[in-house]
Amino acid sequence: MNKDPIIEFKDFTFKYYSQAEPTLHNINLKIYPGEKILIVGPSGSGKSTLGHCLNGLIPFSYRGDISGSLKVKGLETSELDIFNLSKIVGTVLQDSDGQFVGLTVAEDIAFALENDMVPTEEMKERVKDVSRIVDMDGFLTHSPYDLSGGQKQRTALAGVMIDDVEILLFDEPLANLDPATGKTAIEVIDRIHREGQETIIIIEHRLEDVLHRHVDRVIVLNDGRILADLDPHELVSSQILIDNGIREPLYITALKYAGVEVTKDMMPGHIWSLKTEAISQKVSSWFRSIEKPETPRKRDSILKIEDLSFSYDKRRQVLKNINIDIEEGEMVAIVGKNGAGKSTLAKLICGFERPVEGRLLYRGEDMEDYSIKERAEFIGYVMQNPNQMISKNLIYDEVALGLRLRNVDEDEIKSRVEKALEICGLSPFINWPISALSYGQKKRVTIASILVLDPKILILDEPTAGQDYRHYSEIMDFLREINDLGITIIFITHDMHLMLEYTTRAIVLSEGEVIQDARPSDVLTDQEVIKSANLKETSLYNLAQMVGIEDETEFVQGFIDYERSVRLKDEE
Amino acid sequence: MDKYFKVTTRTIVATGLGAAIFMLLFMYVKVPSPVPETSFQTAYGVSAFFGTLFGPIAGGLIAFIGHALSDAVQYGSPWWSWVIASGVAGFIFGFAYKNTGVEEGEFKKKDIIKFNTIQIIGNLIAWLVVAPVLDIVIYAEPINLVFTQGAIAALMNSISAGVIGTFFLIAYASTRTKKGSISKN
Amino acid sequence: MRNNLFSYNLVDTPIHRLSGLTKLIAFLFLTFAVMFSYDIRVILAVMAFSFWVLRVSQIKFSQIRLMVIYVIIFLATNAIITYLFSPEEGVAIYGTRHEIFHIAGRYSLTQEQLLYQTTKFLKYSSVIPLGIIFLLTTNPSEFASALNRVGVNYKAAYAVSLTLRYFPDIQREYVDISLAQQARGLEMSKKAKLRDRFKNALLIIIPLIFSTLDRIEDISNAMDLRGFGKHKKRTWYNSKSLKKADFLAILISALIFTATVMVSVFINKSRFYNPFI
Repeated sequence: MNKDPIIEFKDFTFKYYSQAEPTLHNINLKIYPGEKILIVGPSGSGKSTLGHCLNGLIPFSYRGDISGSLKVKGLETSELDIFNLSKIVGTVLQDSDGQFVGLTVAEDIAFALENDMVPTEEMKERVKDVSRIVDMDGFLTHSPYDLSGGQKQRTALAGVMIDDVEILLFDEPLANLDPATGKTAIEVIDRIHREGQETIIIIEHRLEDVLHRHVDRVIVLNDGRILADLDPHELVSSQILIDNGIREPLYITALKYAGVEVTKDMMPGHIWSLKTEAISQKVSSWFRSIEKPETPRKRDSILKIEDLSFSYDKRRQVLKNINIDIEEGEMVAIVGKNGAGKSTLAKLICGFERPVEGRLLYRGEDMEDYSIKERAEFIGYVMQNPNQMISKNLIYDEVALGLRLRNVDEDEIKSRVEKALEICGLSPFINWPISALSYGQKKRVTIASILVLDPKILILDEPTAGQDYRHYSEIMDFLREINDLGITIIFITHDMHLMLEYTTRAIVLSEGEVIQDARPSDVLTDQEVIKSANLKETSLYNLAQMVGIEDETEFVQGFIDYERSVRLKDEE
Repeated sequence: MDKYFKVTTRTIVATGLGAAIFMLLFMYVKVPSPVPETSFQTAYGVSAFFGTLFGPIAGGLIAFIGHALSDAVQYGSPWWSWVIASGVAGFIFGFAYKNTGVEEGEFKKKDIIKFNTIQIIGNLIAWLVVAPVLDIVIYAEPINLVFTQGAIAALMNSISAGVIGTFFLIAYASTRTKKGSISKN
Repeated sequence: MRNNLFSYNLVDTPIHRLSGLTKLIAFLFLTFAVMFSYDIRVILAVMAFSFWVLRVSQIKFSQIRLMVIYVIIFLATNAIITYLFSPEEGVAIYGTRHEIFHIAGRYSLTQEQLLYQTTKFLKYSSVIPLGIIFLLTTNPSEFASALNRVGVNYKAAYAVSLTLRYFPDIQREYVDISLAQQARGLEMSKKAKLRDRFKNALLIIIPLIFSTLDRIEDISNAMDLRGFGKHKKRTWYNSKSLKKADFLAILISALIFTATVMVSVFINKSRFYNPFI
């Protein structure tokens, strides 16, 4: 390992002007050239702020008080401007659409060179070279609309690598990617790390996904302080993750359920490094001891989709012959790649689009003649980004909107709004401006504004996107409570944890067809399905194989059943 | 004067995206007016809003680019006289920048009056001076026609920019409220 | 939904091969020519020329049908109200009065008015093929660099590029928001009262504006991190260097412009062509 650190924080403290308390406290951290570092921490831990300090957005775009020192390549960053710093530190941001400013891949990769007044001819050469590193050389003239999330991110990566930066900083690279693409992204980063000289820093809260490949050290940040600086094996065998609201890898949870004491000698940092000889027995006997829950009795159909086909342009079929029967009170996940037809299906259910063929039945009745507004009386649709639904300043007004548009009288509105806010745990905030709420609370407001219309079915588009473990659990536990009230919930999602932990059924769409309709444990252990839906296998599946359990699917299902029984016990 | 004309990357990005919204609303989101064959252009509310947040350069360019591109998409070529007038109106709207308390979470009566005064001046200059004069100079349009058209445009666009811009700014100001000032019910 | 604003089509014609800069300069020269001149002969000549270019660039009528319809509606309305407002405008311009027939009251048809309105009609419509050629044969990626090279500040030019880049995103977001609000009971019909129509429009535009403001922050960070605005100038990946054909095209359009001015200065002694004296 190299002698001098390439990055050195010394008693570094930072406070935003707009805030009373510092966001980073007394940070001391050395990172050496060529290292690969993962920085984890829940939302609000200060990890993004740490990244902003490294790339110069602090203090260039975000002003505040800095004390202590931060050196990059031996130079004090307070003496560098963002332009000089960006020649050393290249940042790949979370929002790959926001980072993709060019009209085509080539232009976007060339963006930094254009700003540096590099002659056009030289630019073309360099763009060609660097696009090859990230496998985007075949897409140079493509526009962002023709690219997947992963391709956009690789373009962004090329766009910073073109400057021959020495440090690559990834700010939540997995946040907007589906599981398979996220896995590939981690592999690409790893390949660049192995083949090049760059120091890699990944800021992410999805620990297990990053640990798909080797990392040298994991830094745990919470409340603006560094709480741990460990190698992955030590980290996952400690209590630190759980104490700080970071999700531990699923296989670690399974080991703990099985009564295995996880120690660093087992090399538990990555599923592929885990030594299983000593623990196989314990895991197997735990698996055999799990009690199967009773199969719930069949309930009435609430939404039936019959032979549904749809096409926007009469040429390409977006949905082909879909048959789905959803029962009253179910929690169902609809999964599939981008473009598989998930959103289109939701639009057809809500009446935003009309089927070309087939029928949609609500409690046995054909919805053909129902308008969007009429369907909204029993089907609620919640968009991914709450900011796209909120149009009022006050929570009360926002939740009341749907009723006011229906000319319900104010007294009834009041009682219904209050009830909806109570269900959503928002009663204390009834007269707050929405802008004062956190993202998760805003999400609740949008759900409340739909619940107030008293729907029987709730469709949610990626309800947990971009949320850390604590907020994820908050939102999902809340939705489970709503489900307990008898409301059927349909998720459109890529989130495998959500499927495993909260739904009983997953419907997989691929190229407009239902390719599987089964338990999440079946879906996430079926290689064919995993591949065509851009999912990835769960580490529980790998664990089952490694300890010699033949029926991996049942092992995964056993884990789910066990976890639910633990939860039920907790609730009692 | 400098405060009005400082251009940062944020100004440019706000201009680009603001122009895209302007263009979208200019083409598709018109509020039909009681007078047949006329409608309120909600887009002018957008240029007034962005002008107030980002200054005259953003305000002017948003309307100019947005109007020019939507003309180009719909008619094949921009009608320069009106495109330039839109730009001038947006530019003048921008003088509300840093003259109201909107960034501090204050957009009260005084600010509303100030914003609307500037907005109306902008519309009057654009539609009663710039557009008619250009129409006369370039196309030799009849004087009584262009001034009648201009007067109608000035009135309608003042209403759009006024109603929509004021609402946007009130809504925006409320997002700037400090957290300390709120208490649980 | 349309992802590209203009149905820019990659056909390989001599016009497509020209640099965006050339096309912008030619577009400006020719538009200025027809905007300057009020000589029907000159305008017809420029129009004939632009129709020829339109053919060379293999633009199909189906691509521009909608535009043509819009323009015809616009021009027809303009012609009617011009006549209603000022039936003697031609007489005032040309200084003579040759009445063809009387209609009613102050309205009669004169040769002068006919020439004036026909010229104006052609003047407006002659810009259209020029604009269409420019828009449909220029790669949008070349817009910004061309603007910059004719002297527009590069930051302003880049704003245009950002508009083209993010318009489809914003359009998609608008549609999604509007559907979600309709599901909550929003009616977009014309039956609503004027006040409500404004209110309903706001219910969709406000979320759009606010999510865009978040967007602005992300995008400007991304651009700052890659050095936007570092220097007084910048280069462009997509700017083509000028070839022989480019110089020729610029020369031709410059000549047409000069000729137009000459005709006015030396032949007509005015911007107007007056056959009545």
